[in-house]
Amino acid sequence: MIEARALSKRFGALQAVRGVSFTARDGEITGLLGANGAGKSTTLRMLYGVLEPDAGEARIDGIDVRGETSAARSRLGVLAHASGLYGNLTARENVRYFGALLGVPRPALEARLALLAETLDLTPFFEQRARGLSQGQRLKVALARALVHAPANLVLDEPTNGLDVMAIRSLRELLRRLKADGHCILFSSHVMQEVAALCDRVIIIGHGRVLAEGSVQSIRERSGATSLEEAFLHVLEPAADVDAAPQPGADPTRTGSGR
Amino acid sequence: MSALLVVFVKEFIENLRDRRTILSALLFGPLFGPLLFGAMVSRMLHQSVSESDEPVALTISGGERAPNLVAYLESQDLRLRFVPLSEAAAREDVRHGSSALVLIVPEEYAARFTGGAPAPLLLIADSSDSQTRRSVERVRALLAAYGSSIAQRRLQVRGLSPLLAVPVAVNDIDVTTPAGRAVAVLGFMTYFILFAMLMGGLYLAIDSTAGERERGSLEALLSLPVPRAALVGGKLLATCAYMAISLALTLTAFVIVFRFVPLEALGMSSNLGAGTALEFFALCLPFVPLGAALMMFVAYFTRSYREAQTYLTSVLLIPTLPIAFASIYSLKTRSALMLVPSLSQHLLMTSVLRDEPIAARDVAMSAASALALALVLFVATSRHWRRESMLR
Repeated sequence: MIEARALSKRFGALQAVRGVSFTARDGEITGLLGANGAGKSTTLRMLYGVLEPDAGEARIDGIDVRGETSAARSRLGVLAHASGLYGNLTARENVRYFGALLGVPRPALEARLALLAETLDLTPFFEQRARGLSQGQRLKVALARALVHAPANLVLDEPTNGLDVMAIRSLRELLRRLKADGHCILFSSHVMQEVAALCDRVIIIGHGRVLAEGSVQSIRERSGATSLEEAFLHVLEPAADVDAAPQPGADPTRTGSGR
Repeated sequence: MSALLVVFVKEFIENLRDRRTILSALLFGPLFGPLLFGAMVSRMLHQSVSESDEPVALTISGGERAPNLVAYLESQDLRLRFVPLSEAAAREDVRHGSSALVLIVPEEYAARFTGGAPAPLLLIADSSDSQTRRSVERVRALLAAYGSSIAQRRLQVRGLSPLLAVPVAVNDIDVTTPAGRAVAVLGFMTYFILFAMLMGGLYLAIDSTAGERERGSLEALLSLPVPRAALVGGKLLATCAYMAISLALTLTAFVIVFRFVPLEALGMSSNLGAGTALEFFALCLPFVPLGAALMMFVAYFTRSYREAQTYLTSVLLIPTLPIAFASIYSLKTRSALMLVPSLSQHLLMTSVLRDEPIAARDVAMSAASALALALVLFVATSRHWRRESMLR
């Protein structure tokens, strides 16, 4: 379970995130939907602990994320926005490096690598240097790296960026499988169809706030729109007006201003 | 395996596969210095040896007026040329370099010589030309010797002791040992050693900081529950390992190169055998973590590979400053100076070259000051890595 509780973050004059609260539950895929610059990445970065929130807190399975060696982060797999690999290491070595840093014991780590190679279909290029891999192959390796310690929770920041259709399809399948295994998956996207096709719950973020939250269906119904895209535009409009007035942090028990 | 060790092993292996790192750390750095140095030294030696071997060329005008002097000069190892020249013509000749050195015997020479008055001689040379300076000195010394032999003979003829004309006897005592003389030549070798050592770690320091940032692997790394100090420490250790390897290779190359440089021909002992090389290695080793920490500290502030390359290359020049300072003020090993890294290594290595004893306390102070500064830089870098701006 991944929880954001009234998270706020300011960069200089820019208030990037203003009191964002939501919960991503186990066995569900939660989508963080928003335009570029809406505060998705900043929110996720606070969840996986590379940014310190100005206010509020992030919890993984109830454990506070704060602190360099937080136990929360070992329960979390992260596919960051920039998920570069080490070009001079093989795909396997890239994954193994993170496993070793996460303290996975050696025999268990090797077993885990074998399992990941199979489930993510890495075998054809697992021993190749990462330098020569295609975009789709790189993503798979980065994903294997995020899953190397078998975390119960997974955060993915715009994972489909720059992927071709086939790679997106296999990513979807994988996420569904992980969900079926009871994982908690939170991913961000600005692509409507992707979120609509995959997510059990959607959190729409705009101007650093949660604007709407619920299933794709309920968000559509509430806004009276026929598609998620319309609903998205609908919830965004009032947000622009509210923007000028100060607004208290969104309550996690309520949906956003779209109601 | 602790995180620090995991990072160390990964960085070490990853860079071992990087051609750029290997070339600069293990080939160019260690070979460039010794080869350039060897070539330079042999050229210098060759020049000075041939200079002292070649007879000095001297043009004489009006030699017929001083047959004794000419006979004396002919008995010396000189290449004489007799050309009648006016003073003005001689000046022109020397200025244009057609004659290096012209001796003019004026018309009044003979009359004054026989009259017992100082007989004038004109020696025309260009002192701004370092090549002829030695020749001028030699000719002047010969003329002085000729003059004093005449003076002694005149005194003897008058029944006086020639010793009257020698009121003081100056004895030059040169305390330079052969090894000490070599130091003048070998002095800046220490800089080559420190430079090659830093080169060894340069690309690793860049790659593990700015490179990590540029290829977008940093965020994933920083999201791990690993203390940042362990990440920095592992990268630092890997950088140190490459620097130490580079240092060892450089010293080996120096030992080999100096087998082929004929320093002994000038009466210098080159004094860079395997034993000295080992001593140098031990003296420089404490500077390794300092150099690595300094490069990683600077690399933190850079956003891209290229930027890091620019900044870090200027870091390579930092150790030259104290060394340049030392040679300008000809500093000698003193305890207070042992607190200045790079200067202390330079002075200690120079002492070893001079065959001077070095105090254990000085060595300890030199090592301690370098290591202490390395620790300060490491802590500062780890602090930086904990900051959010690390990701920007």
